[in-house]
Amino acid sequence: MSEAIKIKSLTKSFGSIHAVRNVSFNVSHGEVLGFLGPNGAGKSTTMKMITGFLEPTSGTVEVNGHDVLENPLSVKRSIGYLPEGAPAYGEMTVKNFLNFIADIRQLNGAIRKKRLDEVIETINIGTVIDQSIETLSKGFKRRVGLAQAILHDPNTLILDEPTDGLDPNQKHEVRNLIKKMSKEKAIIISTHILEEVDAVCTRAIIISSGELLFDGTPEQLIAKSEKNDIDHAFRNITISNPTKS
Amino acid sequence: MNGLLSIYKREFTSYFVTPVAYVFIVIFLFMTGVFTFYLGAFYESNQADLEPFFRFHPWLYLFLIPAISMRLWSDERKSGTIELLMTLPVSITDTVVAKYLAAWSFTAIALSLTFPMWITVNYLGNPDNTVVLASYIGSLIMAGGFLAIGSCISALTKSQVISFVISVVICFMFILSGFPMVLDLFESWAPQAVVDAVASFSFLTHFTSIKKGVIDIRDLIYFAALITFWLYVNIIIIENKKAD
Repeated sequence: MSEAIKIKSLTKSFGSIHAVRNVSFNVSHGEVLGFLGPNGAGKSTTMKMITGFLEPTSGTVEVNGHDVLENPLSVKRSIGYLPEGAPAYGEMTVKNFLNFIADIRQLNGAIRKKRLDEVIETINIGTVIDQSIETLSKGFKRRVGLAQAILHDPNTLILDEPTDGLDPNQKHEVRNLIKKMSKEKAIIISTHILEEVDAVCTRAIIISSGELLFDGTPEQLIAKSEKNDIDHAFRNITISNPTKS
Repeated sequence: MNGLLSIYKREFTSYFVTPVAYVFIVIFLFMTGVFTFYLGAFYESNQADLEPFFRFHPWLYLFLIPAISMRLWSDERKSGTIELLMTLPVSITDTVVAKYLAAWSFTAIALSLTFPMWITVNYLGNPDNTVVLASYIGSLIMAGGFLAIGSCISALTKSQVISFVISVVICFMFILSGFPMVLDLFESWAPQAVVDAVASFSFLTHFTSIKKGVIDIRDLIYFAALITFWLYVNIIIIENKKAD
């Protein structure tokens, strides 16, 4: 297992608001890290800093050996990112959109065709391939966002709420997909669904008000509750540390 | 395909998948016709040239170019796609230039569709076609100037309406600075050098000479500097305010 993501004392403030405070953790290839926390805890902000969309106020992010501030393009090349809300160009068809991503990711020739076919097949978006994205349901939009993120087969994936808006069957499919990819990739997913942590993650991190409160395996997280219940453990951790800002 | 080219291609084709392109082109052609024949008195002047046609281009561009440029960045901010775009492996400079060039190419298509005007004047008389060609080139370059301003302003806001209004105002100032009413304000007290400097900022001053068929290197430098400046500011704005 090699380190894919190294985060050292990462801090982000917007004016007087501290969105992320002094957060450090590493993620290795082969790990699926579940990123938990109440709304507004700083999960998305942290992910935006890893992917180079936001600049940290202080601290460093290193992805596959590249510093995100010094070498943003190398970081962006090696990452697949599903931003919060799965933004995509609504007027484009799914096919044109994925072709655009393939262009930018410089996939050519046989590999390009193979990857496009594979992704369309595994994400199950073949039926809507010629529809414009703005006409798709929430679940399909999310899946297009996911397809875009994994198209170039990156070894590091950052997925911000990948199962949000999906129905139970689709959630199941996406979790299976994440598990299947997890062997050789480093994956960070943020989620509100705690059973997801148990189902797909090898490790969980809880942040609240920008501070890292827990870092351990799902089993260790469950052990934090005397009732052996992950929801209870989550409440214990996030509520016993009242918000300060 | 490299990043700049991929984004250029996506941007350019995006004009034609929505009605925006067609509405714009129809209105542009209609307005150039109205201006040339009614306000420009194309027939009455009895001259085989396209001066009445090109004379009104700055005024048409004043409103139509901000209508194209307003969505360039505002829309990305509003829909959140800026986060996708900024996390793809393309530099900000390439992205800004690609979007700008796509918009400029689109303008070039709209402008080239006025070719029946050129045919008409050749049918009616014997115009100096090199003058017409120079005017077309000049008009396109001037459109590029307006577009660079619009693109930069669009990077500042999520709202296309705000982007449109501010772009029109700034473009208007760039047109007006060559007008006697503005220059008179300065002439009474400022040294001639200042008056000349203000006048030299005007699109009209530079377009007037091009319109006569004279492509002066100084006019080209003016527009090149103007475009570079506004795109440079555009890049800085995006670099520093990606997420807000």
